[in-house]
Amino acid sequence: MNKAVKNATTATADIKSGMTLMLGGFGLCGIPENCITALVELGITNLTCISNNAGVDDFGLGLLLQKRQIKKMISSYVGENDEFERQMLSGELEVDLIPQGSLAERCRAGGAGIPAFFTPAGYGTEVGHGKEVRYFNDKPHILEHALTADFAIVKAWKGDTNGNLIFKGTARNFNPMMAMAGKITIAEVEDLVQPGELDPNQIHTPGVFVQRIFQGAKYEKRIEQRTVRTK
Amino acid sequence: MLDKIGIAKRIAQELQSGWYVNLGIGIPTLIANYVPENIDVEFQSENGILGMGPFPFDGEEDADLINAGKQTITAMPGACIFDSATSFAMIRGQHIQLTVLGAMEVADNGDIANWKIPGRMVKGMGGAMDLVASAENIIVAMMHTNKRGKSKLLRQCTLPLTGVQCVKRIVTNMAVLDVTPKGFKLVERAPGVTVEEIKAATEGRLIVEGDVPEMVFN
Repeated sequence: MNKAVKNATTATADIKSGMTLMLGGFGLCGIPENCITALVELGITNLTCISNNAGVDDFGLGLLLQKRQIKKMISSYVGENDEFERQMLSGELEVDLIPQGSLAERCRAGGAGIPAFFTPAGYGTEVGHGKEVRYFNDKPHILEHALTADFAIVKAWKGDTNGNLIFKGTARNFNPMMAMAGKITIAEVEDLVQPGELDPNQIHTPGVFVQRIFQGAKYEKRIEQRTVRTK
Repeated sequence: MLDKIGIAKRIAQELQSGWYVNLGIGIPTLIANYVPENIDVEFQSENGILGMGPFPFDGEEDADLINAGKQTITAMPGACIFDSATSFAMIRGQHIQLTVLGAMEVADNGDIANWKIPGRMVKGMGGAMDLVASAENIIVAMMHTNKRGKSKLLRQCTLPLTGVQCVKRIVTNMAVLDVTPKGFKLVERAPGVTVEEIKAATEGRLIVEGDVPEMVFN
């Protein structure tokens, strides 16, 4: 099944204002750089973005925040972005902060046909307010619902035109679960190959979860906290 | 009185061979530098790696290999990489034996607050809520008082909570304390710090029994 599309512009062309998007990545690691640029150019607004982080001021989702294209963010950690913090504290931006493990599992559940699940994370905190509590093994748990999105946009290292994906290093992070949870999933990859060129044993995300795939024109792969030791 | 490195060195002595350990951002990250030589542990970073190694040498950084603090890292021989759902399955499923994290406040019943100052600072909880809700063994690494000299060991947290009744042990620049049903039990004093000084810097209930030994560094 050939799912290859030309580029980020064609892959994202039918994303509309007001839609809910999932975007893979942890910090700036493993983010779909080319699609984010295309979304900025597309100029759509009122987006709800589900992403672990919100980029930095001038890269990643920070680019969409600068242009006020995002109405609501669903994330677990949003430090390192002054514009984000300003929009949130002033009330311009709606923000739903949820525990990282719950975010990952909610995406996984959304893609796996599990409508909700109980987790201990957040019990007794403001995250648990208004949520059903049940005790299992004498421990309190809160009910968390699955997340899905109109589009999931993920980034992988290699992919084939069938949509099979292989990630590299910790750039994997949220990408596999989000790929599962999108009604339409767009994958951008550094290296797009023909079916048969990837070892089926090494596939991380099966192609069934991916509807569109293209090779990104370029990757900056910015490092957020370059930390080294001396010899 | 200890500095941040001293706190990290003291917590490093708590490590036991065979443990998988999750280190939070800040002081906890330093602990990896002071693992005793005969102790075999693996570090987990919740963005998706077990067997995290030291920071890379200059010029060898890989943008695709970072820790949960977004710092460039290396992978030890035998490391493995996985997605975020698998990572938190390890955490929630109690496959990680020790969690060390920082805190803004800890209450004497084990409540912890470390993710939000309403109206002023909202960075988010990241993985902290999942970690503290599930970990069997949680050590908090922090300074005993805040920048204004106020105690961070309280009768009750004033900031939004990260987790309830979960902290087991606290290592500060002044002391090692265990959370017990009756409050903070003073276990050890930092070098040169008196029980009276610790009492004065602790707002929560403090239990002092007998002679409290000074920390010993190997």
